[in-house]
This record gives sequence, C-alpha cells and structure tokens, in this order.
Amino acid sequence: MDQHKAHISSYLSHGWVLTSLLILTLITVLLTWLDLGAFTIAVTLLVASIKASIVLTWFMHLKFESAFTRWIVVGTFALFILILIVTFFDYSFR
Amino acid sequence: MRSAEKYTHISYLEHEGKYKGIWSWLLSTDHKKIGLLYLYSIAFFFVVAAILGLLLRLELIAPGPTIMGAQMYNGLFTLHGIIMVFIVVIPGLGAVFGNFFLPIMIGAKDVAFPRLNLLSWYVFIIGALLGVASQFAGDGPPDTGWTFYVPYSAQSATNVIFALTAAFVLGFSSILTGINFIVTIHRMRAPGMGWFKMPLFPWSLYATAWIQVLATPIIGITLLMVIAERTLNIGFFDPALGGDPLLFQHLFWIYSHPAVYIMILPAMGVVTEIFPTFSQKPVFGYGAIVVSSLAIAFVGYFVWGHHMFTSGISYWSRWFFSFLSFVVAIPSAIKVFNWISTMYGGSIDLKPPLLYAISFIFLFMIGGFTGLTLGALATNVHLHDTSFVVAHFHYIIFGGMGFAFFAGIHYWYPKMYGRMYNIRLANIAWGVLFTGFNLLYFPLFIIGLQGMPRRYFDYLPQFHAGHFISTIGAIILIIGIFMMMYNLIYYRHRGPVAPSNPWKGVTLEWQIESPPTHENFDVIPEIKHPPYLFKKEPQT
Repeated sequence: MDQHKAHISSYLSHGWVLTSLLILTLITVLLTWLDLGAFTIAVTLLVASIKASIVLTWFMHLKFESAFTRWIVVGTFALFILILIVTFFDYSFR
Repeated sequence: MRSAEKYTHISYLEHEGKYKGIWSWLLSTDHKKIGLLYLYSIAFFFVVAAILGLLLRLELIAPGPTIMGAQMYNGLFTLHGIIMVFIVVIPGLGAVFGNFFLPIMIGAKDVAFPRLNLLSWYVFIIGALLGVASQFAGDGPPDTGWTFYVPYSAQSATNVIFALTAAFVLGFSSILTGINFIVTIHRMRAPGMGWFKMPLFPWSLYATAWIQVLATPIIGITLLMVIAERTLNIGFFDPALGGDPLLFQHLFWIYSHPAVYIMILPAMGVVTEIFPTFSQKPVFGYGAIVVSSLAIAFVGYFVWGHHMFTSGISYWSRWFFSFLSFVVAIPSAIKVFNWISTMYGGSIDLKPPLLYAISFIFLFMIGGFTGLTLGALATNVHLHDTSFVVAHFHYIIFGGMGFAFFAGIHYWYPKMYGRMYNIRLANIAWGVLFTGFNLLYFPLFIIGLQGMPRRYFDYLPQFHAGHFISTIGAIILIIGIFMMMYNLIYYRHRGPVAPSNPWKGVTLEWQIESPPTHENFDVIPEIKHPPYLFKKEPQT
C-alpha cells in the first residue's frame, strides 16, 4: 500500500511551506494592530486555519494519505467551524 | 514441561510474560490486563467517591450543621464530583470493558497501540492522584464544584489549580484511549467483518472515541486558560480584565455536554449486547442503533447551551439549543424502542445482567424525560440550580452509566475470570441497589420542584422529609453496592468454574475460552455472518 511508503518531500516544497508559514505568522502579528470589529476573531482564525492546513498537508503528509483519512480531517475542521459559529451566534444576538 | 497445545491455552491471568509478579501487571501491554487495571483503580475511586456522597447525604439528614460545616461540605461535593465525573464515569465503561472486549469482539489480538494503551492508564493514575492530592495539598480543598465556573474558580483561595491540572491530565488519558480505539476499529477488524457486521458495543465505542478525541482538547485548553488567568492575570474570563465569564461556560460545556455522551454511549452499547443474549433473539433494528449512536455523537455536540439558559445568553441561542436538545432525545428514544422490541417475543432469561439492563432502561427513561423538562426554556428557569437537576443528572449518569456498568460486570464476569458469582446473592444485591437508588434520588425531584437549591449544606424545614428519605436511600444504596462487590470479589476465586459460554451468547467473546488466552484467538476468525445470529431451537 502507498500509505506505508515513506514520502520524502523536496527541499523546494519544504522551503515554500516554511516561507508561507513565516508570512502568515507576520500577518497574524500585523492583525493585532488592525481593528476589524466583529470580524477580528474570524480573520485571525482563518489565518490560523490556513497555517494548520499547510502543516497538516505537507509536514504531516496528509497529501499522501487515503481520501478517507483526508475526509476525516475535513469533517473535523467542519465540526470545529460549526461549533465556532454556534458560539459566536450567541455573541451576535446578545 | 507443558505440551505445545496446553501452552497455547494458558489464560491471560496465568500467562508469564517478560515480567514477573506485580510487574507482570504494571508493565503488561495485554489489553485484558490493562482493562482490569482500570477496573480495579476505577472501583477503588468509585468506593471513595460513593462514601463522600454518603457523608454529604448524612450532613443533609436534618436542617442545620450535623456532621460538617459549610466549607467542608463545599470541598466534599467538589471532590465527589471530580472523582465521579472525571475518574469514574467518563473513562469507566470504555476503559474497562472497551479495553477488555473491543479487540476480542472484532477478532483482534490486541488494540492497535498496546504500549500507548498502558501509557493511558499511567496518565489516568497520575491525573487521579492529582485530583485526590488537591484535597490535601496547598490552600485547602477546592470548593468550586466539578464545573469550575469562573469568576469564582479564578478567585477562590482554595487549591483550584491542582484540581484543574488533574482534570487536564485525565483528559490526555481519554484522548489517547480514543485514538487507540478508532485506529483499532479501522485497522484490526477480523477478515470479513465489514462495518455492518461489527457488534454494537464496538460501534458505541467508535462513536464515543470520536467525541473523546475531538471534544477533550477544548476542555484542556479551557482549564489552562483558567490557570493562566489565576497565575498570569490574563483576562480571558474576568470582565475587569476585558474577559467574558460566559465564554468559560460556552467552552466548558462544548466539552462537558458531549462528555455526557462519552459516559452514556458505551452504556447503551453494553445493554445492547445483553438484550439479544438474554432474549435469544437478534437485536431489533441493528442499523437504527448504529445510526442513532452516530446521531447522538453528532447532535450531542450542539446542545451544550442548555446548561446556560439562565446565564444571560441570547434569546436566539436559547431557542436554538432548546430545539436541538429535543432533537437529541429522538435517537435515544429509538434505542429504547429497539431494546424493548428485541425482548418482545424473546426467550427471556431474567439473570442479573438482564435485571440491571432492564433497570437501565427504566432509570434512563426517567432521567431522559426529566431532561426534556430541563431542556424546555420556560420550565428550566424554575428548575435551574435546584435539586431537580441533581436528581436528573444522577438518574442519567448513575441510573444509566452506573447500572449499565453493573450489567456489564455481571454479564462478562465469567468470561473475564472464568468463575461464576452467586446468582441469588446478585439478584438480592440488585433489589437492594434499585430500591436504594430510587429512594435516594426520586425525593430530590420533588423538593427540587418545591425550590430546594442544589449545593446548599443547609435547608428550610419544609424540605426535611425529602432529604431524610433521600439519606435513608443513600444508606440502602451503599449496602447494595457492598453486597454486589462482596459477591464479585468473594467468588472471584471461590466461585464454580464458568463454562466458555454460560449465557449462550453469539458474539466472538463467547466463542473463545473463559478466561481468554493471552492472544485471544489461536487463529483469527473469518467472519461470515451478522453478529447476532441465534440458532433456532428445534421444535418438539
């Protein structure tokens, strides 16, 4: 089975991942100076989610896993987003 | 010297591994031994917390201080709650029977990660000891209740950080066990065992494991946030520092309501194994039970707000959470109909496991219906923080998970130890337990409706009769528990040797020896039939 093979990613792809994570970290820091009102938390969580997705996909080899495993991760993200929406629903209407 | 055939049939209890004596238990990676390690440690903590509960009830036998003061009462109900919820009930069924029977029921030799499994037990023990130590170390017993609500938990001068750390560590154990069970079920089912040929107890463990893995990190982070607020003055929850106390309640219940399903789903799985065996009939509605387990696990994530109806959350949130609380009752009700339909027309054998399983339905139904009363917005305002909630919670958790645990131990005991307990004594102990349970908790519904607040160490004279009956019930319940434990412990070595299949069960654990061998199966079985296929008795 493919999933039992070791997947050695190229230095180039690791380099891109590192660069993306550094840029996104910089954006996270810059966001603390911006007042986006009700969207502040949503935007920072979006940036954090993109970073997590990059780590999961390349560093944690999700890219090479079966479609089933990938769907499990997508489902987990969807659940997390739903929980956040329900929580902030309360704040929006309080 | 043993013959090769004899050697393969040495039970896991006699198996001599790499280590000898006590170390053969403490360092064993055999899922059955780890299951028993959990059983003994959880039983110990259960007795401790039950005695604490009895002390609380004795304090309430009459108005005014009787055997303790208010601060001691607060400390004891906190410890009772922390031990029962985090150490006994949440890990209970999954860690004990899940560890012991999951691999056997799916035709595997062990769980996917045996060493991780042993590590989970050690992490569990460290967390449990931290929880108990929190009573004695530092600034006195924590007095926040097991829910650790802010702002009080951020300000209480008692030893809250210790107790928070204990719950945090216990959460890790839960996550590790959950991961292990998910991977085991995905990767290690016997050849031919498709998802819909898997018995229903493993299905319930699968649904539970996903909740453990996905919800537990949230409580872990939340407890760390309280510690950070106490130690570093970071304003997550304190309004004076820019925080929001309701955020804590949201985060706490995002985990702790699904945690109720971590407690009850395996309980449902246990009784689902018992009804077909003692009715000698296939389970009614296999597919409906599977789907309802998954539905409970999913919808259960979105009902946490019903713990917060009176806290000041928005009107639309209350509406949303109330509606979904009613929705989550539907899959639970489907299961009840399935269990009753399984027994209908069956060849009923009213042995102790079935007595406990039927009691489970009765008590769980009372807990469930009173849950609907609490899930309705209007009645919740009246009943919130009264002893009605205490009664509802105990009917679900003790009447549900507790009685299912007792059902499970009486069902699988001959398989685990190869001995049979005294059936007559088990029946009597059940009667005492059932009577004591209802005497203890039912009066709390009534005085709760009349306005008796929960967590108060004193009360007005008008509540005396209810509290008095309740305390008598607690004493009877404790007698029942000790009768049951005496029966199980005494006959562990002295009971008659049990046959491999005393109840005529059809799932895989009943097809191997009692007690099982170290590797469960000489040859991994190939599964060709659905799990609950009973042979019909020949007509005479």
